[in-house]
Order: sequence, then structure tokens, then C-alpha cells
Amino acid sequence: MSAAALGLYRPGTSPLHRAPAGWKLLAMLVAGIGSVLLDRPWQVLVALVAVLGAYRLAEVPWREAAGQLRPMLWVALAIGAFHVLVNGWARAVVVVGVIAVLVLLAALVTVTTRTSDLVDAVVAGCGPLRRVGVSPDRVGLVLVLAVRSVPVVVALAEEVRDAQRARGLTTSVRAFAVPLLVRSLRHADALGDALAARGVDD
Amino acid sequence: MPVIELERVSHRYTDSPGAPLVLDEVTLRLDEPRVGVIGANGSGKSTFARLLNGLVIPGEGTVRVAGLDTRTRGRDVRRRVGFCFTDPDAQIVMPTVREDVAFGLRRRGLSKAEVRERVDGALARYGLADLADHPAHLLSGGQKQLLALTSVLVTEPALLVLDEPTTLLDLRNAAAVARVLADLPQQVVLVTHHLDLLTAFDRVLVFDRARVVHDGTPRDAIAHYRELMG
Repeated sequence: MSAAALGLYRPGTSPLHRAPAGWKLLAMLVAGIGSVLLDRPWQVLVALVAVLGAYRLAEVPWREAAGQLRPMLWVALAIGAFHVLVNGWARAVVVVGVIAVLVLLAALVTVTTRTSDLVDAVVAGCGPLRRVGVSPDRVGLVLVLAVRSVPVVVALAEEVRDAQRARGLTTSVRAFAVPLLVRSLRHADALGDALAARGVDD
Repeated sequence: MPVIELERVSHRYTDSPGAPLVLDEVTLRLDEPRVGVIGANGSGKSTFARLLNGLVIPGEGTVRVAGLDTRTRGRDVRRRVGFCFTDPDAQIVMPTVREDVAFGLRRRGLSKAEVRERVDGALARYGLADLADHPAHLLSGGQKQLLALTSVLVTEPALLVLDEPTTLLDLRNAAAVARVLADLPQQVVLVTHHLDLLTAFDRVLVFDRARVVHDGTPRDAIAHYRELMG
């Protein structure tokens, strides 16, 4: 799976790539809060066009932009169907549209920002929390590990699925979930050792 | 060259009664530039390697690296001892090559300019400059191991410990890792099943059932190991 499809950094020189990570995170936060004001389909459409315009500005191909939405397809369909039945199609469009806009926006931030810059911004932003005992470095490390875990778990899932197919267990949920969980936990254990060996948290 | 000293080191992974000893009364002093470690699976090699950077604290006995006790000076020991694991995927923390090489340096409080200079130098030295912005998860197995090694070496450890770094690699990539190791000015302790990597080493230890059963030149140690494996 490509880096962009996983929402990972895509090198570039666009204005969005050059914008400070902190500002991009702040803009995402404001957009997230502002999204509660969207309650008509045309407003969501305008927001969607604006976000796609930002993708154009960042020189991210349309196909990769669409790829950011693929993982949420089934969830969006389920939510949409629920709202069509309960609140009508207009509400369904608004709810699913807002989710799509926010997912696209979040992916745009990670696609145009190095993880290390994101971490620096988060660590700086969490600085005041030191007073209440929160370690900003640890918050940054958690963010790093979350981003890094995405391709690792995807790769593990692909390996487990291949092994499952090789043994003819294609329909067994348990045959997929148990080895994936075990291997993910083993990976977490090994990663913990590697972080300790690199002096993290000393 | 940091001196490694183990004094009557014994270790079990759990305190439960009957838990097997993974190291049994090991006493060693290592000051050679290149030390190899061989032995069957479960013989205690990896535990021995992990003792050297304080990842494992011995149940009994003392481990000192450059005079620093790993039990009480773990942080200082880890600053001097780089560690490379078998599976590079478990060791690579950041999403891109450049960021992963910079990771250890950034946590040491170096300035951004210093980090950049050292990272660029390391990427060029170990042939990763063209992959600097490449996603780490898309590298080949050999490139990943080279990245893991570069990320450790960029912090300039005085001692490098490697736990079977070539086990998952093909011969070409194993040879590339061996070339990197051969040129290092640091002391190297290499745990491996690839016996040909050890031919130019100064000293090779053979582990069996939690003990060092042979300690000598690569030629003698490898012969002893082959005999042991029958």
C-alpha cells in the first residue's frame, strides 16, 4: 500500500508543504469545531470543494485524495443508511459529507507535513500541560508510534491474510483476528525493547 | 575501546520455581575490537547481548561497560552502546528514512542544524541518501536493516551490539551489512548464525545451555560449534 494511501508524508514544495505544522494543526482544529455549523447539503458541498482545492494546491493527485476515503467507506455507508432511514437523505448527506471533509482535511495535514514537524508542533502545543504533570515529549512519542503503527499493522494484516488463504481459511474471522492480534502484540513488545535500546524515556 | 566485564552473571526471565537459567555464572572480560557470539537457539546469546546495553538487568552478578554498571548507570550505558535487532521493522520508529535517522539525535537535544548535518552525513556514508524521503515501510528488507543500523550509528556509540542482524537477509544484503560493520571504528559485538561473517573477528564465544563453552579464535570456535551441533 502506498504511503499516500496510508495518509503518510508525501514530499513536495507546495505552499501547504511549506506552511508551519502548528498552523496546519490549528486550522484543522478550527475546521473541526466549525464543522458543527454545517447543516445543509450545499454548505457541505462548498466545504468539500474547498478541501479538494487544497489538495490541488498541495499537488496531491485526485486518485490519492480519493484513496484517503477508502478506509472509511463501509462506516460511511452504514452511517449514511442509518440517517436516511431516521432523519432523511439531506441529513445523511450532511453527516457523511462532514466526516469525509474532516478525514480528507486530516489526511491533507499528514500528507503535507513531516511527522517530525507534526511532533514538534504537538510537543510545543502541549508545553503548558507540564504544569499538570503531562510530559509533552511522551505525547509526541505516542503520536509518532500511532503514525508508524499504521503501515506496520496493515503489513501484518496482509501477511496474516495470505497465510489464511494458503491454508484455505478464507472465511474464518478467528483465523484472521487471533494471529493479527498476537503478532501486533509481539511487534509492540519488540518496539518497546527497541525504544528502550535507543534510550527513549531514559 | 570500552571494556565489557561480566562477573558471575546468572539470569532467569521469571522468578517462578523451576524457571530455566538463561545464563549461568558467566564471567568474561572483552576488550577486543571485534567479538562474535555463536550458539544454538535458546543458548543464551540474545540475553547476553541484551545485558550489554542494559535492556536486561542480570538476576545475579554484575555487567559493566566502560566501567559503568548497567544496573545503576543504565542511561549512561545506553548512550555508549548502540543496539541493532534482528527485525528492523520493530526498530524503525519514524515514517521516513531521514526522520528515523534523526530520531535518536533529536532526543539528545542537538540543534536542528547539527541534526541535519549528521543525518545527511550518515545517509551519504551508508548509501541511503537517495532514499532520504522514502517511506521506511516501503524499503526492502536489506534497506530496512541498513536504515536500522544507520539510525544507531548516527548517534556514534562507542560499542555496537548486534543481535542476529542478518538472519532475515539474503546473502547480498548480509554482505552489505558485513561491509558496514568491517569499516566501523567502534567495538562490535555480533551475535549471528552466519558463521562466515566472523572469520576476520578477533574473538568468538560459543554459548551452549546458558554457558560459554568455548572462547577463542574464529577458526577454533566455529570448529567447536560445528562439533557441538553434531
